[in-house]
Amino acid sequence: MLRIVPIYPELLSIYADRGNVRVLAQRARWRGLPVEVVPLGLGEELDPAAADVILIGGGQDRDQALVAEALIAQTPALRSAIADGVPVLAVCGGFQLLGHRYVDQSGRETPGTGLVDLETHAGTRRIIGNVLVDVRLGGEVHTMVGFENHAGRTRLGAGVTPFGRPKVGGGNDGDGLAEGCRVDRVIGTYVHGPLLPKNPWLADQLLSWACQHRGLDPVLETLDDRLEAAAAETAMRIARTESR
Amino acid sequence: MARVAGALSRAAGRGGGTTLPGHVFLRLAPNGLTGLAEGLPDGIVAVSATNGKTTTSAMLSHILGADRLVCRNAAGANLMSGVVSTLLTRPPEAVVGVLEIDEAALPAVVAQVRPRVMALGNLFRDQLDRHGELELVADRWRAMIAELPAETTLVLCADDPVIDALAGDRAQVVRYGIDDPSVALAERDEAADSTFCVRCGAAYVYDAVYLGHLGGYRCPNGDHERGALNVAARAVRPQGLQGTQFRVDAPDGSSEVMLPLPGLYNVENALAAIAAAHVLGVPTAVAAQRLASFTAAFGRFERIAIEGREAVLILFKNPTGANEALRAIAPDIHGARIVLALNDRIADGRDVSWIWDIDLEGMLDPAEAIVCSGTRATELAMRLRYADIPLHRIERTGDVAAAFDGAVAGAPPGGRVYVLATYTAMLDLHRVLADRGLTEPFWEGNR
Repeated sequence: MLRIVPIYPELLSIYADRGNVRVLAQRARWRGLPVEVVPLGLGEELDPAAADVILIGGGQDRDQALVAEALIAQTPALRSAIADGVPVLAVCGGFQLLGHRYVDQSGRETPGTGLVDLETHAGTRRIIGNVLVDVRLGGEVHTMVGFENHAGRTRLGAGVTPFGRPKVGGGNDGDGLAEGCRVDRVIGTYVHGPLLPKNPWLADQLLSWACQHRGLDPVLETLDDRLEAAAAETAMRIARTESR
Repeated sequence: MARVAGALSRAAGRGGGTTLPGHVFLRLAPNGLTGLAEGLPDGIVAVSATNGKTTTSAMLSHILGADRLVCRNAAGANLMSGVVSTLLTRPPEAVVGVLEIDEAALPAVVAQVRPRVMALGNLFRDQLDRHGELELVADRWRAMIAELPAETTLVLCADDPVIDALAGDRAQVVRYGIDDPSVALAERDEAADSTFCVRCGAAYVYDAVYLGHLGGYRCPNGDHERGALNVAARAVRPQGLQGTQFRVDAPDGSSEVMLPLPGLYNVENALAAIAAAHVLGVPTAVAAQRLASFTAAFGRFERIAIEGREAVLILFKNPTGANEALRAIAPDIHGARIVLALNDRIADGRDVSWIWDIDLEGMLDPAEAIVCSGTRATELAMRLRYADIPLHRIERTGDVAAAFDGAVAGAPPGGRVYVLATYTAMLDLHRVLADRGLTEPFWEGNR
């Protein structure tokens, strides 16, 4: 049984992050893979052995401190899952929580999990709009499409590579140079929309890693993704032509 | 001069002349709204909410309009420029203003207009790309209320914890809400915003949830609970598309209401209108009786007869509204044609993520056919695919009017077509239907 574990979905689903969960679960089901969604609720302990893919979404700024405190307590379990090859997808607030800290406009710090060497400072202007990001994954270059909406400016530590390079969009720091982070199977990004429906290659990579972790065949059956491709194509055209 | 701009804009057709005079006026007199708002003998009612502000102001105008001339803004004209335009071009004999105001624009407008009544309905997550987070809007509303003159009466939906708490210790407050566990949801929607006590941050405990995060609630630490209802809906009996019957209990007595609009959220809207009208001196029994002849506002379960079929136009713009609409049509959806239209223009919200938060799973299965349209038709189609609707059942026609015509042509005589469309998609369709004389142009009759 493949287990998809969204972390605190009641608090971390502000940009329809549950769309990512639906997409992973459906793409597993359509291939006949046994799958279940096991959300981690606030106050519950993460069992690293019972997770095959972990999703951390974004929340309201107000809830970030509450979430951070709870999530920090799960850091050892997260670390052990990651060491065991469990993929993690962290979006927006979730991406920020991977880092050491979030510093708001007044200079107040909210600590993060420190799973990845990065930190975030609040910017003055929100970065909002459709985005296109070049991502190299599994030996191929993909165009990741989605939407960004964040005030945070995230800087990566020296040893951390960005997940991709924005073609359209502000990226981590608003300068359009880097988007997200990647450390082996841990992926952080500001791109939602939600992320996975229009980027099925990424969904399948996460599923493939999840299968590998569960001891299942990591080579996945091909699905008919013409609709996904058409929706991505529309979003790409809009991203290229809209004024930001 | 601004009036001339309004006439020109209306003559040109498209814009309905609803905001251009305001833009001109604001350029000439940036702080001129205060003077404009004076001279309405019964004062101004400001209406705001994430969901329901248009319907609430339409209901209130309908109630008040039976014996006085109401000056009301058109739904799309709910920012500062639209409000100014409305007040500028009002007929001289108008006695009361009913202004629907955008949540984000409300504090700036209210700072200039001194409303006699302010009716605040709810705050849901909606168009995060435009408004920022819900909590930010709530903070601005709190600051706005702190500055309000004491004589302004607040009409507050007590079912929304954030709205209920806006009362603070003000004297002039009317709370309304639903009090009938028989129509409560069995469980909260997935898309419901999590709600935490406005005072201590603990998760509220709900005795009953009516829609989204609206219901009867209390803080487990005893720091906040739903305030006592001054105007309450009880004995609520949904009657499918025909509407909803309920009893309203108010300080001046109880009355039966036959509301010709389906959905519990319209019960909330009706309560707001009844409560606000009561503040302006309309007895509850009179308001209740007038609501029976209310007809739907633009795209709010608007029913149109076309070629022996019936079309029902429903605006959708956020997950909660969409869930409520799907729930309202569920009893009658069997065999119906569905047109879904998703645009991503600024007025719709450029970020279309929210469609993934709609509890679509299973809701459209009994429909005979489903057509996706709008600028993001493929995104919608993909969402349906992930709700396990087979690909061969999902049609795509980008142009909303063409999608509509196809659905009507496909429906048998007497059949029904439901249109769920975002704001600008609904405007596009409405324009075409108005050109054919099937409905009134949207800006007319909104005064």
